[in-house]
Amino acid sequence: MKEIFKTTTTIDFMGRRKVAMGISGLVILIGIIALIVRGLNFGIDFTGGTLVEVAYQKPVAISDVRQNLKQAGMDKALVQYFGTSEDVLIRLPTTAKQSNAKLSNAVMTALRADNAKVEMRRVEFVGPQVGKELADQGTLAMLYALIGILIYVAWRFEWRFAVGSVVALVHDVLITVGFFSLFQLEFTLPVLAAILAVIGYSLNDTIVVFDRIRENFRKLRKMETAELMNRSINETLRRTVLTSLTTLLVLLALYFLGGEVMLGFALALIIGVVVGTYSSIFIASPITLMLGVSRENLTPVKKNDGGAGDMV
Amino acid sequence: MLNQYPWWKYALMLLVIIPGFLYALPNLYGDDPGLQIRGVRNFKVTEATLSMVKATVRQNGITPKSVIREGAELKLRLVNTEDQLKSRDMIKKALGDHYTVALSLMPATPAWLAKINALPMYLGLDLRGGVHFLLDVDLASAITRAENRYAGDLRSTLREAGIRYRSIRQMKQGGIELRLRSVDDRTKAVAVINKKLTELKLQEVDREGNVYLLARLTDKAKRDITQFAVEQNMTALRNRIDELGVAEPVVQRQGENRIVVQLPGVQDTAKAKEILGRTATLEIHMVDEEHDLAGAINGTVPVGSAIYYYRDKRPILLRKRIIYSGDNVVDAAAGLDSQRGGAVVFITLDARGATINQRITGKNIGKRMAVVYKEIRSKAKLAADGTPVLDKNGKAVRIRKNIEEVITAPVIRDQLGRRFQIEGIGGIGEARDLSLLLRAGALAAPIDIVEERTIGPSLGRENINQGFRAVVIGFVVVLIFMLVYYRLFGMVANVALALNLVLTVAVLSLFQATLTLPGVAGIVLTVGMAVDANVLIYERIREELRNGNSPHASIHAGYSRAFTTIVDANVTTLIAAIVLFNFGTGPIKGFAVTLSIGIITSMFTAIFVTRGIINLIYGGRALKRLAI
Repeated sequence: MKEIFKTTTTIDFMGRRKVAMGISGLVILIGIIALIVRGLNFGIDFTGGTLVEVAYQKPVAISDVRQNLKQAGMDKALVQYFGTSEDVLIRLPTTAKQSNAKLSNAVMTALRADNAKVEMRRVEFVGPQVGKELADQGTLAMLYALIGILIYVAWRFEWRFAVGSVVALVHDVLITVGFFSLFQLEFTLPVLAAILAVIGYSLNDTIVVFDRIRENFRKLRKMETAELMNRSINETLRRTVLTSLTTLLVLLALYFLGGEVMLGFALALIIGVVVGTYSSIFIASPITLMLGVSRENLTPVKKNDGGAGDMV
Repeated sequence: MLNQYPWWKYALMLLVIIPGFLYALPNLYGDDPGLQIRGVRNFKVTEATLSMVKATVRQNGITPKSVIREGAELKLRLVNTEDQLKSRDMIKKALGDHYTVALSLMPATPAWLAKINALPMYLGLDLRGGVHFLLDVDLASAITRAENRYAGDLRSTLREAGIRYRSIRQMKQGGIELRLRSVDDRTKAVAVINKKLTELKLQEVDREGNVYLLARLTDKAKRDITQFAVEQNMTALRNRIDELGVAEPVVQRQGENRIVVQLPGVQDTAKAKEILGRTATLEIHMVDEEHDLAGAINGTVPVGSAIYYYRDKRPILLRKRIIYSGDNVVDAAAGLDSQRGGAVVFITLDARGATINQRITGKNIGKRMAVVYKEIRSKAKLAADGTPVLDKNGKAVRIRKNIEEVITAPVIRDQLGRRFQIEGIGGIGEARDLSLLLRAGALAAPIDIVEERTIGPSLGRENINQGFRAVVIGFVVVLIFMLVYYRLFGMVANVALALNLVLTVAVLSLFQATLTLPGVAGIVLTVGMAVDANVLIYERIREELRNGNSPHASIHAGYSRAFTTIVDANVTTLIAAIVLFNFGTGPIKGFAVTLSIGIITSMFTAIFVTRGIINLIYGGRALKRLAI
């Protein structure tokens, strides 16, 4: 493993930016088409509704559960296994007729109708009003995070870098959301949280590259911008790959061991970390380059890396 | 000399690390099953209660770990859950209705740690099991009720001032309309009202030759009323939860009109919902015996009276005026009537209620008095597809249903005082519910459950186990990776990583922030991200070495050059975490909290601590090569 990274690589990332952007564009396009055609499979956090997870003592047939619910008048119930054939997840839409707060109790009564030993594991009820609020707040949160980051990066670097990093972040978010839409995976509140964490994480990578670009701008005064960016990305490539690798390792642990509830959350993070690593190399810097960044844009910034080191 | 830290930097490090270990320590001790015993209303736990509890459990052959009195609470620690359940039943029987006995898990923190306030992390409901409710308070209905009250006040104020009026009625669209006899009367009325009822603003209206006065609540009065309504609701909810016997309940305000209620360990949500959501209260009215009920039904309802119905729909004519209401009740208990055997509720009134009761019943012996059960049900109106119907301001339209039932209308046989009993109640179960509601106080405004999350105890335990396993495995994998890849330096990074985990847990414990399942995921994620700082530094050191710098210069340059990068990278992640915290509800907040704490502590461990260790190993001696 060490030999692969023995010396600094000299890959021409900038030269391949058109190919990379083409691929990204295509993937995003597929995601957007999926979003338009299939939409997102929103969980009850956003749509409102009732979700009941129950555990039977022995494996149970979905059709039996459905039958029980139907007899109690809940024929709109969606029933599926959750992990094992003893765990069952029941989803009920909001209805105008029945008081939602009491629905979960009605479900348990219906399931126990034929004396089956059923244990209530989890109930989630979200009123339609709250669901709408959460969806609105989620969108707002995403915007606030992006604006906050835009301002911070513009302040620490320059606006072209800020735009480059935010384009990369939007890229990551679109691909992750597109993936959830394409495969109709359930989009829940934890998934949204994961996407916000991805924004933070992916930016981490981008900042490291930008930092090196800034440093090289000062050091290598004659080098052309594209070549300098290539060099900066190559110099930080090892760190980028290593950190993504360690993060992916723990995320895989979370995905496989964290339990059914954490699946969507861990998956969103895994996709986000992979895409985020890719975008910090192939999207953020090329965009900044295309916006016409030059050495002069960064030289007025005070050199502060040497001095700050004394604080360590 | 390069790469040497002055002694005070190490002292500073220890100053953080030692308390860190101390405050993380309680998490290793686990929990004892226990019981929390509290008095209801006027009943307090005393030394007598303490010895009684002790005696009760000992008699049954159970030896508790400890029994202590802590403020208004008795805490009983037991060896296992079997003892816990047995003791609960026995103590409940021995103490009776005036105490609540709640099952709880008590941290088994040693006394010397508890003394410095070191407690284990506070686990969220998704890890310990329980129910979370988000309640919406119907504030508009609180305003309507206040206007109703003011309509009564207006009547009596005008009467006292000797101003005659034609009618006073509450408007559907809000406000109270007074119809007066003359402009002159109106001028007098305005003067009196402005002096006595300052919460009302008045508007003079002339319509169809009639003289009207429109009274509206001022904005300040409205704000006060809604503020009071939410606070009163929270108090009532707390009282009701106390009655349910829940250990460590949380009742918190969220935003303008929402209340969060968390009940750890509660499984029977049906009962909880029923008790929490009830807006019932009792009102005592006099029966109008001067007028004819049949005539009233045919359309000539006398002024000041109204037709009410029993539960079985029998009509009865009552005076509108409320003599006193559930607000004046200080205690209520269900029981059986010793003479006739029916279910009754024994009621004790406060001083004001007692005075009124004495006066009214004294004056009206032989007449009838009615007990009216009053409940307002309120829920959001939904369209056929289940989405809420919104008004033009974007607020959900609510359907309100007033339930008014006459429970009983007995003849007053004697002058009543502070204590009396209500008969004619459906059954002992109903009597119990009614007395509970009266004891706990009425809700000032109806509430609606808009969100519920219940986690069963088995799932909570499973969540802890799985979360713990994910943290451990993820952690170990990263440790191995770092060791293989960076050798000695990897070892140092691993020490920092472990320390980071300890410090994160310590900070969470110290602030008693709620640890949720997404919070555990946040910890897992910080394990992955915390090594980033070290990877950055070490890669930089290797680079410097490759460029032909001396080992010492490389270490120095590696740390100082990577510093700004690390700060920039972490600050941006923090921005995302802070946004997440502000937007998030419950579990998501937990994720933001652990992520933020992990990032901040990782800056300390990954930069400062690893440098300290590296300096200890390499500092002050000549070096040919580094084990990196």
